[in-house]
Amino acid sequence: MNPANYLFLSALLFTIGAAGVLLRRNAIVVFMCVELMLNATNLAFVTFARMHGNYDGQIIAFFTMVVAAAEVVVGLSIIIAIFRSRRTASVDDANLMKW
Amino acid sequence: MSMASGGLSEGVVLAEQVTRTSTGEAVQFWVLATIAVLGALGTVFLKKAVHSALTLAATMVCLAIFYMAQGAVFLGIVQIVVYTGAIMMLFLFVLMLVGVSSADSLKETLRGQRVAAVLCGLGFGILLIAGIANASLGDFAGYGAGGVSPSGAVETDQEAVALINQGENVKGIAHLIFTRYLWAFEITSALLITAALGAMVLAHRERLTPRKTQRELSEERVRDNVNLAPLPAPGVYARHNAVDIPALLPDGSISELSVNATLRARGQVRDVSREPVHQVAELEESAEVWMEQRGDVPTARHEGEEAGPEADGTGEGAADVDPDEAGAERTDGDSVAAGAGSKESRS
Amino acid sequence: MTQTSVSSVYLASTEGGAGMHSVAASGVFSATWLVIGLPLLGAAVLLLGGRRTNRFGHWLGTLFALGSFAVAAALFAAMLGESGADRSIDQHLWNWVAVGDFQAEIGLHLDQLSMVFVLLITGVGSLIHIYSIGYMEHDENRRRFFAYLNLFLASMLLLVLANNYLLLYVGWEGVGLASYLLIGFWQHKPSAATAAKKAFIMNRVGDFGLAVAIFLMFTAFGTFSFDEVLGGSAAASDGTMTAIGLMLLLAACGKSAQFPLQAWLGDAMEGPTPVSALIHAATMVTAGVYLITRSAEIFNASPDAQLVVTIVGAITVLFGAIVGCAKDDIKKALAASTMSQIGYMILAAGLGPIGYAFAIMHLVTHGFFKAGLFLGAGSVMHGMNDEVDMRRYGGLRKYMPVTFVTFGLGYLAIIGFPLLSGFFSKDKIIEAAFAKGGTTGYVLGSVTLVAAALTAYYMTRVMLMTFFGRERWKEAPVGAPADWHEPHPHESPVSMTLPMIVLAFGSVFAGGLFVLNDAFVNWLTPVTGFSHGELPFSVWVVTGMATAMVALGVAVAYVQYARREVPAVAPQGSLVTVAARKDLYQDSINEGLVMRPGQYLTRLLVWLDGRGIDGFVGGLAAFIGGTSSRVRKVQTGFVRSYALSMFGGTAVVVAATLMARMA
Repeated sequence: MNPANYLFLSALLFTIGAAGVLLRRNAIVVFMCVELMLNATNLAFVTFARMHGNYDGQIIAFFTMVVAAAEVVVGLSIIIAIFRSRRTASVDDANLMKW
Repeated sequence: MSMASGGLSEGVVLAEQVTRTSTGEAVQFWVLATIAVLGALGTVFLKKAVHSALTLAATMVCLAIFYMAQGAVFLGIVQIVVYTGAIMMLFLFVLMLVGVSSADSLKETLRGQRVAAVLCGLGFGILLIAGIANASLGDFAGYGAGGVSPSGAVETDQEAVALINQGENVKGIAHLIFTRYLWAFEITSALLITAALGAMVLAHRERLTPRKTQRELSEERVRDNVNLAPLPAPGVYARHNAVDIPALLPDGSISELSVNATLRARGQVRDVSREPVHQVAELEESAEVWMEQRGDVPTARHEGEEAGPEADGTGEGAADVDPDEAGAERTDGDSVAAGAGSKESRS
Repeated sequence: MTQTSVSSVYLASTEGGAGMHSVAASGVFSATWLVIGLPLLGAAVLLLGGRRTNRFGHWLGTLFALGSFAVAAALFAAMLGESGADRSIDQHLWNWVAVGDFQAEIGLHLDQLSMVFVLLITGVGSLIHIYSIGYMEHDENRRRFFAYLNLFLASMLLLVLANNYLLLYVGWEGVGLASYLLIGFWQHKPSAATAAKKAFIMNRVGDFGLAVAIFLMFTAFGTFSFDEVLGGSAAASDGTMTAIGLMLLLAACGKSAQFPLQAWLGDAMEGPTPVSALIHAATMVTAGVYLITRSAEIFNASPDAQLVVTIVGAITVLFGAIVGCAKDDIKKALAASTMSQIGYMILAAGLGPIGYAFAIMHLVTHGFFKAGLFLGAGSVMHGMNDEVDMRRYGGLRKYMPVTFVTFGLGYLAIIGFPLLSGFFSKDKIIEAAFAKGGTTGYVLGSVTLVAAALTAYYMTRVMLMTFFGRERWKEAPVGAPADWHEPHPHESPVSMTLPMIVLAFGSVFAGGLFVLNDAFVNWLTPVTGFSHGELPFSVWVVTGMATAMVALGVAVAYVQYARREVPAVAPQGSLVTVAARKDLYQDSINEGLVMRPGQYLTRLLVWLDGRGIDGFVGGLAAFIGGTSSRVRKVQTGFVRSYALSMFGGTAVVVAATLMARMA
């Protein structure tokens, strides 16, 4: 097997995650899809690191994880705040900012 | 997990440059990749958010194994601990808080969104995969003694190269983090602090009025003069004393106040009063018939009216009857009799 | 001027004329700026002080005018003490604009010519200030009136004292502004407001000429200063000089009410009479003469321009005289006379060095007698309930003797009664016209002679209709309002008669003093140059002819207006009379030639602007607005739509990148 297959897998997962973001209405699921996209990129980074034979890609993936953790915390609390005020977790219901 | 360890050992052992992986890793890849893709698809297409979260966790575990298989042992562990352990749990907590809602429906509400999303996704995916397929990736350097190619595009410092060549993944990463990426690493601490603070601020509910003291609450209750006494306990005078069985009022109707508000809102109040009341009424009727046959006719009504107050008095204050309800009772003679009858039957 | 047969024109030799040699101001002369500064300060105090200065504003204004006159007198005395080139003084005040080669300074130039003007302006100005104290006594805006008068004095003095054309332009515009403000002083009267606008707009045409002349000077000489422009005039091409000269003439025509820009002067009589006396008779309207005389070198260098100047002057002389014969409004008759007399001056100035000095001399004597006549007219109106129609006057000499005597002396002076001011100054101009030589000389001489007869005619007419004959004001006019009451003519207060008396003295003696030993000509020669023209016949013949023409004019008027009854309502009159009453259809011509086409042009432009430019701009705005209101629907508020567009965009970017890689 060619190690490049990891990259194909990464692209596939990323695309699935993106499609999920576009298709799902539940903010939490949307958020999970975003995480899926982040994980897909991480896989790509790790694979690139292996490709180059050094650890820089792994470091980037590591930082991505850190940032993702922070993002999840803030994002979920935003979802909670929205849910508290609007009684819904649907991203389509938060649509006041428009023409 | 054995496959994972196999991949791991291979990743460490692999010294020479690779264009093809070992068969073990290939097998592992095809199996886990399938699971990962299925998990991803499940995340997108499963209706319940909890299921989405679980399938996503499966995908993440697969990815963690891939990391390890590719020599990123530290990252693999972190992936499992942080992602599947912490982050996904956080998701589940939030899911619990938010609960099930109409947002879970897979029915599309935006016109054209689904078609466009699928088209975009397909186009993007095909483009990306085509791009990767077209890219001249060259040989994989891999990790291991002497494995770091001097032609590697990324300039690496010698100590790191040495660590990598010794197969010391964690040490190598630590070395990089605390030398070259120290500044970025320190910055992440600020980011995390900020995120924590942000989450607190966002989740914090501002108290607009001072919290009421016990004294104020009781004074308020007396002033309002509604439900002055404690609310009726569930199950009183009913056949069960489960929390979802409302207490029965003297006339046999149920007291909504006796069950939890949440259960009331959910419509999970189990009203068991109809059947026994009906039975009691039947019994009473047959008793009346029997007494008529005997000749002496004790007016059940009179007895009932005497018994009514008695029942109220002994009802451990459960008669939290509204004035209106009380009025309704008085006009409704039959139910009063039935209530009296039920008491009689119980005693 | 004595009989001469001196050879042709010579420019005054080294010390005069071209190339002004001047010395820097020192001693008394360093106070030159005060002449302008005092009235300017007065105007500032009165205008900025507002109502607080109401009580003493008129005294303050008069005080500043008198102060200015005192400084002028001191300067004059000092100048008499100097000799030759030392009489030309430059005072540099400060640099105005200094950008690279472009240098504009605020500097004053005091020489014999400016001195004459300064004395005339401050002297007559002061007298009219004093007169106005009485005349405007009952006007609630008297303080504002004096502020404007002071402003006028300052501007006019700046005009005549500037040492470069740019600063002169400032004064030029300043007097235009003051004139506008004062004509429209009673702006509650629509006629006054309209007259003010008319004067201002017609003056703008002349100002445009001056501006263009200044542009041309800067192009040709790279400077504005009198010294360099006039000194370098010999070096410039004829075409340039002619162009500059004609533009200067246009400026002079606008300001001095010369043909074809004369129409505003008659209407300007809507202003208070002191204003008419000061601005529209004695000083501002003579600015054109000053401009031409000051630019003598430019005109000397361009005979074509000079010829046009004389033609304009000749036309205006006759034009004004004819109009003056038909007007029944005393002030308008005097205004027409002013026009005609300034025509004399312009004509004289156009004659070149033979005429400049006489133009200025006539200007000064005219300043005296015309101001006196206007003040007299004001005095009459003051006593007659502001009636201006001479057909409603008659026999007033018994009621206002001082006015009668002073007005009469002014009258004698203007018609050229022997030995009075006008006799000398006008006679000199007629002589100079004949001395021009050739056919031109004869034509111009004849014109001036005819005009002299006409002047005598219309002035006698004014005199007779006002002060002699039946007392027509006792009868109610036709269609009089119900509350009409007979006026009670009375002599004016001392503050009004005093200036009239002073001016009458000037009217009588100024001319005589000026010609004594050729004093005036000698005085001006260093500035304007002077040459004796060659008269085709004896000077006494000219004097005799002129006097005869005057006598003829007086006689005809006497027959018409003293021997016959003056009808209270103007008779139909001949075709010429009707035309003259309407200013020889000047307004109609202006309207037909300028106003109507202008209106059509404006309408066309408005249409073009509305449909073309606004249409384009508005259409563009509407297009953008319409597009926006459709496009904004893209902003659905749905996060997923935005995410979709982002994702689509990313796909496009990836595609583009790949394509770039493949290619």
